[in-house]
Amino acid sequence: MLNDQGRPTRPEGAAPAEGTPAATPWTFTGNRALRVEEPLIFEIGRAETTGVDLPAPDGLAPRLGRLARKAAPDLPGLTEPEAMRHYVRLSRSNYSIDTGLYPLGSCTMKHNPRLNEKMARLPGFSDVHPLQPVSTVPGALDVIADLGGWLCRLTGMDAVAMSPKAGAHGELCGMMAIKAAIRARGETRNVVLVPESAHGTNPATAALIGMTVRDVPARADGTVDVEAVKALLGPDVAAIMLTNPNTCGIFEPEVAAIAEAVHAAGAYFYADGANFNAIVGKVRPGDLGVDAMHINLHKTFSTPHGGGGPGAGPVVLSSRLAPFAPLPFIRLDAGRPVLVETEAGTAPGETPFGRMTAFHGQMGMFTRALAYMLSHGTDGLRQASEDAVLAANYVRAGLADLMTLPFPDHPSMHEVLFDDGFLKETGITTLDFAKAMIDEGYHPMTMYFPLVVHGAMLIEPTESESKASLDLFVATLRDLVLSAKRGETERFTQAPRFAPRRRLDETRAARSPKLRWEKPKPWTAAEAAE
Amino acid sequence: MRYHPLTATDRAEMLARIGVPAIDALFADVPADKLLTDLIDLPRMRGELEVERLMGRMAAKNVPASSVPFFVGAGAYKHHVPATVDHLIQRSEFLTSYTPYQPEITQGTLQYLFEFQTQVAELTGMEVANASMYDGSTATGEAVLMAHRLTRRNKAVVSGGLHPQYRAVVETLSDMAEDRVQALPPDPLGTEDILAAIDRDTSCVVVQSPSFYGHLIDLAPIAEKAHACGALLIAVFTEVVSLGLIEPPGRQGADIVVGEGQSIGNALGFGGPYVGLMATRQKFLRQMPGRLCGETVDAENRRGFVLTLSTREQHIRRDKATSNICTNSGLCCLAFTIHMTLLGSAGLERLARLNHEAAIKLADALGRVPGVQVLNDGFFNEFTLRVPGDAAAVIERLAERGILGGLAVSRLEPGRGLDDLIVVAATEVNTDEDRAAYAEALAAVI
Repeated sequence: MLNDQGRPTRPEGAAPAEGTPAATPWTFTGNRALRVEEPLIFEIGRAETTGVDLPAPDGLAPRLGRLARKAAPDLPGLTEPEAMRHYVRLSRSNYSIDTGLYPLGSCTMKHNPRLNEKMARLPGFSDVHPLQPVSTVPGALDVIADLGGWLCRLTGMDAVAMSPKAGAHGELCGMMAIKAAIRARGETRNVVLVPESAHGTNPATAALIGMTVRDVPARADGTVDVEAVKALLGPDVAAIMLTNPNTCGIFEPEVAAIAEAVHAAGAYFYADGANFNAIVGKVRPGDLGVDAMHINLHKTFSTPHGGGGPGAGPVVLSSRLAPFAPLPFIRLDAGRPVLVETEAGTAPGETPFGRMTAFHGQMGMFTRALAYMLSHGTDGLRQASEDAVLAANYVRAGLADLMTLPFPDHPSMHEVLFDDGFLKETGITTLDFAKAMIDEGYHPMTMYFPLVVHGAMLIEPTESESKASLDLFVATLRDLVLSAKRGETERFTQAPRFAPRRRLDETRAARSPKLRWEKPKPWTAAEAAE
Repeated sequence: MRYHPLTATDRAEMLARIGVPAIDALFADVPADKLLTDLIDLPRMRGELEVERLMGRMAAKNVPASSVPFFVGAGAYKHHVPATVDHLIQRSEFLTSYTPYQPEITQGTLQYLFEFQTQVAELTGMEVANASMYDGSTATGEAVLMAHRLTRRNKAVVSGGLHPQYRAVVETLSDMAEDRVQALPPDPLGTEDILAAIDRDTSCVVVQSPSFYGHLIDLAPIAEKAHACGALLIAVFTEVVSLGLIEPPGRQGADIVVGEGQSIGNALGFGGPYVGLMATRQKFLRQMPGRLCGETVDAENRRGFVLTLSTREQHIRRDKATSNICTNSGLCCLAFTIHMTLLGSAGLERLARLNHEAAIKLADALGRVPGVQVLNDGFFNEFTLRVPGDAAAVIERLAERGILGGLAVSRLEPGRGLDDLIVVAATEVNTDEDRAAYAEALAAVI
């Protein structure tokens, strides 16, 4: 086998390293037919190569003063065919929703319609500048206003701040609006109640604006106890941050009572909308007493996750928080959208707390989300939520006799949570179980989250799976569980065996971080002499 | 519905298997009086053709940058992006993949992030870069918070050359976190004395170069004064192409470099999604926000990549995390790194030179218009014009003549006595005809 500098990684003729499955014989290149090892661009590119043909400059005298670059950056170039091959090969070592079921609980990996990609690329959307004259972009304002209107109607809320760039940024926006509202009342409240089952972004967001987090314990049935909330409320409490449906996949049955108690104590109800996809068209957060909720357009409304972004996190606001919505925002003036970008443009009653980002938000995600909503319609959106909930409960019904349900007393919503109780005494961990799913061609479920159960496995199949697909998934997990119980430990502890990589050494990565490519040092003294 | 594989028969069979009579039994935890019985009053589902028509009508109301002589910059730039880039980022395996939490089956994403980090570090002259922030403005806000953690101080000194909306983001974040900001007045001439504002209370100095008004700022003396006071220099750029010709901030003493990467690989898109770049020195790594991709080996000793140092991040550290950021700009990083790989050093330098020359030609053409003054001696691809009268009206009249001539500064800085200024950008997409048309129209409207 050769490594990426063309050097053998073991002496010629030596046996494959221990742990290499006997079924995968040695090859000269290290490749496996369609699975091809791809070097880094720094190992194949050359600084003098370029894949972009640009005209020659005229040679005008530069006007850069003393700040002209003294040495060119060392960036390799690839020609178009080389670049095409590099990135296509890289893509082939990725799992994706287009290639298989992606049951990551809380992350909502549903189908990404390509119509939405096409719409986002219309030049009238993709090729307009955020600061070109407003008179030349009325259609862009229409998109923002229309999407905002859909979001308000679907959530039963009064206003929406469109600019936040992703879910966590939306949380920050909502919490800033709450802080601004509290300040406007002349009060200081610095405590935020956060259930143990919350996403990590919730406490991190509260801390960013100088608030202290107070944990709300979970009840034995996985829900939040209104009495526990009441006991924690006081004049120092600014808000509760509650995910509903919660991260155990359960709709909080006492949510309305919790909201009432929170409001009675002078605090606000921030809802983490990560799981809104379970309830669209079924129940409106505004009817439950929510004051602010971000909506992950990349979850509920299916803008592609893109390997970790971009997202978009508009925040819907109650009438109590609406006046504090940040710049920019769109005001409807006799039905016509008006863009407000600065304090100077505000009307009486509009007291924005500031600005979250330059420009107007994730327009490219807005066009995709709007195309998704227009396609689904109010009936299709409700059907999507119902099918997502149906699929999760179907998976649950297929596995409940073999895997451990920590909270059997409530129906699941769009995702079902198991813990690792069924693996007790097998010597197999949640991580091992997940890695064995990879060998079966599945992306693992969310693992070790939420933190309220041991060895969590959170499965979200979404509405995009056919019944046949769900049946095969359930059958596969059943086979894995039975195999674990039979003591076929290696199937798990050695997994994944068939993925582009075996398990990676994360400890080594963290202990001596190597975060960029460096030119290789000479291998031997003789080589250095060359 | 074309996106829903389940049929009515499937649904009935599945409900039977679950053991409930109807779907609403699964919504039993929703308070009965809150469960909606009717559809929300919004339009019903539509086919592709109808949606294309509706969206197409909205899109057609806008004026695309490519359809007119176009000179708007101020934080987002119209560049030509090779066709390969948009093709590759639409590969299913990139487009529809999640954050690479399972490294064995996401090496594609992880490897391009590692390549991206290396490119950003090299371009900025820094030691390490992260795997992206949302955009340049939020990256700037995060850099200020990072500096506060590193210096254990809480006052940011902000240059009057920083993009006004970036400044607003820093001010908002600081206001909410109860930190302090000393923002210098807008600096259209590029002559402010920021050194005088730096003291022993200062956590960081935030300076944009090229500035919002296009001036090239010598960062070295600012870095020197900042360091003498125990403060950090945060260098900001909004036009990453400038780094092809300008001495990188890392070699001028910057401690944290942040900027907007949109110009490389990413469309204008009315302001987003873009890609925030962030780089710093190795010694500050543990306080850096955002995801980091690192090299390691797998169980067979093959090179591979993983997300690493996640003990800085919210999903591990919760309220002790360096930031609340989770989703970043993954696919925009990919667009950036593909375009940068196609360019290479040679292509980037040429692209930068073409931009600089386009700006020189434009500045000369517009500077010859009677009554118009170019405020910059030095610049990269953007400069500031002083026009007689109200710049906002001039921009509108130019638009009526089919020329998008830049940004009236008063749009972002109303009421600050800057009503006669226009920030103008030139890039490789502008032709001689575009420039001549602009000069002619400008002469006619002022």
